[in-house]
Amino acid sequence: MNLHEYQAKELFAEYGLPVSKGYAVDTPEDAAAATAKIGGDKWVVKAQVHAGGRGKAGGVKLVNSAEEASEFAASWLGKNLVTYQTDAKGQPVTKILVESCTDIAQELYLGAVVDRSTRRVVFMASTEGGVEIEKVAEETPEKILRAIIDPLVGAQPYQGRDLAFRLGLEGVQIKQFTALFLGLSKMFHDLDFALLEINPLVITEKGDLHCLDGKINIDSNAMYRQAKLKEMHDPSQEDEREADAAKWELNYVALDGNIGCMVNGAGLAMGTMDIVQLHGGSPANFLDVGGGATKERVTEAFKIILSDENVAAVLVNIFGGIVRCDLIAEGVIGAVEEVGVKVPVVVRLEGNNAEIGREVLGKSGFNIIAATSLADAAEKVVAAAGGSK
Amino acid sequence: MSILIDSNTKVICQGFTGSQGTFHSQQAIEYGTKMVGGVTPGKGGQTHLGLPVFNTVLEAYEATEADATVIYVPAAFCKDSILEAANSGVKLIVCITEGIPTLDMLVAKECCDQLGVRLIGPNCPGVITPGQCKIGIMPGHIHLPGKVGIVSRSGTLTYEAVKQTTDFGFGQSSCVGIGGDPIPGSNFIDILGMFQADPQTEAIVMIGEIGGTAEEEAAAYIKANVTKPVVAYIAGVTAPPGKRMGHAGAIISGGKGTADEKFAALQDAGVKTVRSLADIGSGLSELTGW
Repeated sequence: MNLHEYQAKELFAEYGLPVSKGYAVDTPEDAAAATAKIGGDKWVVKAQVHAGGRGKAGGVKLVNSAEEASEFAASWLGKNLVTYQTDAKGQPVTKILVESCTDIAQELYLGAVVDRSTRRVVFMASTEGGVEIEKVAEETPEKILRAIIDPLVGAQPYQGRDLAFRLGLEGVQIKQFTALFLGLSKMFHDLDFALLEINPLVITEKGDLHCLDGKINIDSNAMYRQAKLKEMHDPSQEDEREADAAKWELNYVALDGNIGCMVNGAGLAMGTMDIVQLHGGSPANFLDVGGGATKERVTEAFKIILSDENVAAVLVNIFGGIVRCDLIAEGVIGAVEEVGVKVPVVVRLEGNNAEIGREVLGKSGFNIIAATSLADAAEKVVAAAGGSK
Repeated sequence: MSILIDSNTKVICQGFTGSQGTFHSQQAIEYGTKMVGGVTPGKGGQTHLGLPVFNTVLEAYEATEADATVIYVPAAFCKDSILEAANSGVKLIVCITEGIPTLDMLVAKECCDQLGVRLIGPNCPGVITPGQCKIGIMPGHIHLPGKVGIVSRSGTLTYEAVKQTTDFGFGQSSCVGIGGDPIPGSNFIDILGMFQADPQTEAIVMIGEIGGTAEEEAAAYIKANVTKPVVAYIAGVTAPPGKRMGHAGAIISGGKGTADEKFAALQDAGVKTVRSLADIGSGLSELTGW
């Protein structure tokens, strides 16, 4: 689960980390009022969406008056912000963060992730902060400094000092950076982060370290023990159908094609998309009904797939391990009946009681095409959807 | 021969009296697995499925000298269950549960490594040596004792590979689902090394997925260490790049992790890659001349 910048900064503040004074608002009036509450004569207004690249897309602005703040809010609230990290539609803006303005002397980068290869939380820091950090990592990887956190011991002050000195920090900045590093590591572990990024981490003209941005991604497996973070969830940033699917514990990702896919298991779901494409078709979605595919979930899955108007045919691919294929077949028939499926449905059942399942489908009288193998299923569904492109 | 488990492997189950533990232990017993007991705290002294229940893994290990334990406890308690098992004396832990927080797994994996305990999973179908021992949730009936070693990150994709190798009559020496989580207890390399050393295994099927660099690392390992024929399939060639947030993920992987890069790395290592999931069996046949 992703957090907004303003939410990340609230958490930073709770952990005593240096952030600007600011307010997240959802009306132009509140944006103007926030400038008065903050004080001063310059503010930064930032559209809150779950994507980077906001500055270049016009979603961040330096303003000199309450009117300007209000105008910025009016121009973005309720609209979609398109950046190079979003799709063509962009992400809806429902909140604007109004902040005091920070004088920047230098921009650094600080991030942390769970690194699969080393099986450690790894902190990364660089003097090359700002928008070009990915290019820096690719072209000059030596400029990305790393600190590897021992899972049993946790982050240690010496690791923070080491990074600070290598970043070329001096004087009080060494202590500030070490405190920041230890605080972020504590947050990472307390709050089950999967990814943390402060880009840029700035040195102000006075020489102090300051977190100017904040991106946080939380491990979705850990939400059960992060009740407070769960409340920060913003469904407006997610695809409506994906959010709906999540309610039924269905794993759904919308795509651009016209062949709806319903599969059990994430790996097989990906494999099914691949084989559809290999036969000249184009998948409309990725959908994993999970290991325990029941009639209810199959029905809900059908509803979600068919809510996409582009779908011209549906492929159901179930490998019954423990679940019985005859039950799945009945589930498919029930769903076709209940939902009123108009498009052709190709079903491939394999594994437990697959024979009986195929018989059940054959006798149903619905427009259900039984496939005998994976390749056969892919061919049939591509043909049913109007042929290969 | 086989890897990890065989007809002599004594197995206990953590979460034995729960619905998952009960159902799959029953299936394992019917398959012929040497189940010797189970653990449910507070139910020690009872009998379940005709086997003794213990309060702790240590008690179970001392009473049964189990070689392996299978974990079906809920995700929130798995770190504790893995650590308990790792400290009991049991040398092989198979964790089926999905949804374990990643930070829990960092600690659990590190402790298993330090104690010299082999962990398979989590979020996996388990391990099976056909005709001898089944530890996990895979359907036993699709397997056939034979000569292909299968290692996979995905459950249902493993079943596809199993079915094809069974249909072609090759059979399987052992099948290991290493699980799809970011921090698996064992990775491709661990299992590939075991298959290379196992005389019964004549060829290997490796099934990967997009994301991470486990397949690239496996390719490098195969190039240097594996002489047996390997067929590989990577799921997710057509998956669009996920919406990402920030750059940290891209930085740590150095831009790696796409299916095309994985296929390229494997081909460079002399592995036969198949682009269609349906071609695993025929790919093996072509490669080995069987």
